[in-house]
Amino acid sequence: MAAVEHLDLDEQIARWRAHAERRQAIGTDVDELEDHLRGLVEELEASGLSPDEAFLVAVRRMGALDDVSREFAREHAERLWKQLVVMQDDGPPGRGRRGLGLVLALAVGAGLAVKIPSLFDVDGDTLALFYLPNLSLLVFPFLAAWFAWSRSMPARRVWVQLVLPFAVAALAANLFPLTQDSASLVLMTIHLPIALWFVVGLAYTGGEWRSGARRMDFIRFTGEWFVYYVLIALGGAALVGLTGLGFTAIGVDPFPVLGAWVVPCGAAGAVLVAAWLVEAKQNVIENIAPVLTRVFTPLTTIALLVFLVTVAVARPGVDVERELLILGDLMLVLVLGLILYALSARSPDTPPGLFDRLQLLLVALALVVDALMLVAMAGRIAEFGASPNKVAALGLNIVLLVNLARAGWLGLGFVRGRRPFGAVERWQTDYLPVIAVWVTLVALVLPPVFGWA
Amino acid sequence: MHVDKDLVAASATPLVLAILAEGESYGYAILRRVDELSGGRMAWTDGMLYPLLHRLDRLGLVTSSWGISPQGRRRRHYAITPAGLEALADRRQQWEMVTAALGRVWDDAARLATPPAQGPAAPAAGIA
Repeated sequence: MAAVEHLDLDEQIARWRAHAERRQAIGTDVDELEDHLRGLVEELEASGLSPDEAFLVAVRRMGALDDVSREFAREHAERLWKQLVVMQDDGPPGRGRRGLGLVLALAVGAGLAVKIPSLFDVDGDTLALFYLPNLSLLVFPFLAAWFAWSRSMPARRVWVQLVLPFAVAALAANLFPLTQDSASLVLMTIHLPIALWFVVGLAYTGGEWRSGARRMDFIRFTGEWFVYYVLIALGGAALVGLTGLGFTAIGVDPFPVLGAWVVPCGAAGAVLVAAWLVEAKQNVIENIAPVLTRVFTPLTTIALLVFLVTVAVARPGVDVERELLILGDLMLVLVLGLILYALSARSPDTPPGLFDRLQLLLVALALVVDALMLVAMAGRIAEFGASPNKVAALGLNIVLLVNLARAGWLGLGFVRGRRPFGAVERWQTDYLPVIAVWVTLVALVLPPVFGWA
Repeated sequence: MHVDKDLVAASATPLVLAILAEGESYGYAILRRVDELSGGRMAWTDGMLYPLLHRLDRLGLVTSSWGISPQGRRRRHYAITPAGLEALADRRQQWEMVTAALGRVWDDAARLATPPAQGPAAPAAGIA
């Protein structure tokens, strides 16, 4: 008896479809491909081929699924975020497994780097003065090193894009004569890590920072990394607490050791572990990012509304509280973060929906808050004169205002169906260098300009 | 004779845009039109058309909408946008420049290759 399995055409096409569906890059476009395949089969059958022959020829005409899905991947990078199949054939094979060993070694390195300075015999104030601007410098180079290695970054790029910026930052952090109560120290402590995060971004893109798609990947990475880091931190805190209680119960006080070693080294090492998890386990978290943005976009919109109403009722004017301005700045940064996060989690194919309108409302509210704050800030500068803090806050507001205004305009065009989603995306990826330059200016240029005030 | 792969790739975008400028269409019909226009000599891997269409969609050069085919299958239709028409006009100019330059250099080459009347018809044989 012939053991040849005979499938009718529909079953054969269903099998082909199942095969295609397994490629993440093709994703939901499989319907379109199936329609095409059936069109080919019909035409070939009409020209006299048997259904089996027609199917075979049609599949061949469609192209090898590997090649087709690679082409889809190039166009739909966001789908591959779930599973970096393409990246894997770009890099040399075998880095995946060895990567874990290296990342753990680098995590230990970062943990030790953070701990070692405190082992020197100096007083607490000097130590604090050292740690504040230097903390990110002790950790981020390890992360950048890992990316440079896993992306096989050329040596020249490593020197120019990574070593040079880190060296400049290290010189500035340690040679600037900043005193403990200076505003410049606070500004540097806040802005230098952000500036250096962009340097990590250079490593993340393997030096190809000019590519909009790679920048978008880095935005995505930043969002996911943050989620992972928070999860690890929460888990770590619970574990430290439990361990501590356990030791206390048997009469040993573990908190000096936990506080001096486990917490700081763990926090530094977790930066690398979180980054590795993002790279390795993207599909797990990918489902969380859209959920988080959908939860927090409405909440932030409400928060901004409340803020606006409060300001309108209280009418603080020029003498508006400093704290209120700082709070407003933080909210605007949060809004921009949410927009970027939503952007990175959104599939560009889906047509504009309710959520996009809600986000537009959020942007509009943020613009109003930003404009109000700009007025208040300008008033403060006019009245009390410029200071590093005020200039930094004013600049941040202008940087955000420009970004939000254009994002709102493009978003409006997108919601009305006049603009492709790509325009919204491109604006944000194009704007990243502006943010990077601004935080670098605040960290490195404002302190000397204001005489280390 | 078949057209070289790189050349097919380079001409894919203007070709698809030009076909869509003739009217709304869908993937399968677009490829049939390419076959028709090139006499079957521009061999595309059919599956590769779709990533290209999606890219044009993302760039806002075409729009797409899902419909139902006469056979009752889900089918995505593509139509060119004003931005797409602009891009097409731009591409067209570029291709005209390229073909004009090639045409000129080939004319010159043909003139040089035509030997003068009194010259030898073929170069003398080399040393054996």
